[in-house]
Amino acid sequence: MNALSQTERQTLSRAVLEIDVNNHAGVMSHVVGLFSRRAYNVEGILCLPLADSGQSRIWLLVNEDQRLPQMIKQVEKLEDVAAIRRHNADHAVFQNLEAFFRA
Amino acid sequence: MTETLTGAQITVRLLERQGIHTVAGIPGGAILPIYDALGQSTQIHHVLARHEQGAGFMAQGMARSTGRPAVCLASSGPGATNLLTAIADAKLDSIPLVAITGQVPKAMIGTDAFQEVDTYGLSIPITKHNFLVSSAEELLEVIPRAFAIAASGRPGPVLVDIPKDVQMQAIEIAAWPAPGEHQPAPVADGWALSEAAGMINAARRPILYLGGGVVHAEAAAEAVELAEKADLPTVMTLMALGAMPVDHPLSLGMLGMHAARYTNLALDECDLLIAIGARFDDRATGKVAAFCPQAKIIHIDIDPAELDKIKTAHVGITADIREALIRLLPAVAASERTEWRQRVAALKAEHPLQMPGCDDPLSHFGLIRTVAACLDNEAVIATDVGQHQMWVAQAYPLRRPRQWLTSGGLGTMGFGVPAAIGAALAEPQRTVVCFTGDGSILMNIQELVTAAEENVNLKIILMNNATLGLVHQQQTLFYGERLFASQFKATPDFVKVAQGFGIAAVDLDQAANPCAALMEAINRPGPCLIHASIDAEQKVYPMVPPGAANRDMIGA
Repeated sequence: MNALSQTERQTLSRAVLEIDVNNHAGVMSHVVGLFSRRAYNVEGILCLPLADSGQSRIWLLVNEDQRLPQMIKQVEKLEDVAAIRRHNADHAVFQNLEAFFRA
Repeated sequence: MTETLTGAQITVRLLERQGIHTVAGIPGGAILPIYDALGQSTQIHHVLARHEQGAGFMAQGMARSTGRPAVCLASSGPGATNLLTAIADAKLDSIPLVAITGQVPKAMIGTDAFQEVDTYGLSIPITKHNFLVSSAEELLEVIPRAFAIAASGRPGPVLVDIPKDVQMQAIEIAAWPAPGEHQPAPVADGWALSEAAGMINAARRPILYLGGGVVHAEAAAEAVELAEKADLPTVMTLMALGAMPVDHPLSLGMLGMHAARYTNLALDECDLLIAIGARFDDRATGKVAAFCPQAKIIHIDIDPAELDKIKTAHVGITADIREALIRLLPAVAASERTEWRQRVAALKAEHPLQMPGCDDPLSHFGLIRTVAACLDNEAVIATDVGQHQMWVAQAYPLRRPRQWLTSGGLGTMGFGVPAAIGAALAEPQRTVVCFTGDGSILMNIQELVTAAEENVNLKIILMNNATLGLVHQQQTLFYGERLFASQFKATPDFVKVAQGFGIAAVDLDQAANPCAALMEAINRPGPCLIHASIDAEQKVYPMVPPGAANRDMIGA
């Protein structure tokens, strides 16, 4: 029918969000709460502090969905969010992590 | 010169520096240090509510009537959970609120300590922002910021959770931070504004659609000026009532589920919808795909996330509404749209709002109109939630922004009485009227004693049909008349209840001259409950059935 592998299909239907936030307890709850209340699954999360800045960076792997533009606007409104950038699913950040995610 | 103060004293001082004169709350173990400090304040009057939800709605009443952030206080655990409904209500209606809660000492957080609950976690989805304060120093930044966040942009509630040990921690203060103030919004895109002006000038059948944002932005005068200059028939959401006087020649009143038929029919024909500070709520739009099907849309809102959320705008502008309107006005041509005005007038003549029984003060519409006849535009009109709320929205001649206090987004029964008390506390020179129902009033009836204690100038009009009226109506219309759990088998004697709580009460059912009794009750200073029985078979009509298009209304 078509020549897409499952991985490729997932790649096409996913997006990566890069979110700069203030680094304190509770920020992650604010961000992921916006997704969970809409039953919008977050497929992957990475978060580490940014050196010497008081900020952290959250990377989210999410499914493409018609609600995604609204989600990005809602995340942008959070007081502790400094910036949000949208990338394609082929972004390097979630690559090469498979080794840590084998059942 | 430095002074040594505790976190509790710092909190109270920062509230004083914000210009706060009245707060509502209930003390409890985890917030006692703040109450101890509050007791020493000569500036702040503390109103002791009888339930934290009442305190939250009193603060809402203060904020809604003045436009400035208001403060409510509660202890940890049940105190905080009882506040949540009032906070969620403020979030949905964009009301600036600062809620301060006590929390168990930091070392006990997470141990399931007595009256410990995750207030921070619980309040995340229902606040604009929230804080868990970890030191007394932090209060100096957090409290002003809480006020700035509550008042800036799209207003909303902010919660500050303060552990008891932080309240007791003493630190030296050398200098005080500036009070947190409203921060200016980004300026409107000039190109988009001129695009909008061009669309308004070119439109043949435009309608101006005002939302609560017009009231929040203090932009009602500018909105009316735009309507008059461009000759725009104007509809208002429930939240915007009063932004344009409902008897203004351009006003088509409220739109949506319980609008007059002609209002929704006019929207159906418009070729341009100019949405200002409105969010296309489902009760306003009905079935979205069929809402203003022929119209291009201009959408101006301070919250960028509202643009394109429900309806895609042809021109979307993120801005402070007042600033945007002031800049839009010179670019809009003075117009006379005789043909469109005549068409709207014809729709109005053919499908007017029906108000049967309007002359009988013991009918629902008649009672509302008689109350209105006793008052001028300076009065504040609050409601609870239900049939009475919609009837007042349809029938009361609201003419002033901030005259109208109602729970729109969350639709919280129990809102009315405490919100009205809050408005009366904030604006003691005004008469405050609260229309309520027998279902709603029981959800915060304990605040009658607060009304008595504060001797507020509050007149509660209780429209008693011994049912949950809107449930009764929906079961009758859409559930095969299977009435279940919507009729009260036992009903209290509300006149005695009010008197038992220490406020005057009048029963219009028993009055030889109901009009005279009503006028006398309204003109007598202080709190009073005015009881009137209402026919339980009366419906809020017309009505857009759930899920239907606004043009397909039923009844009247």
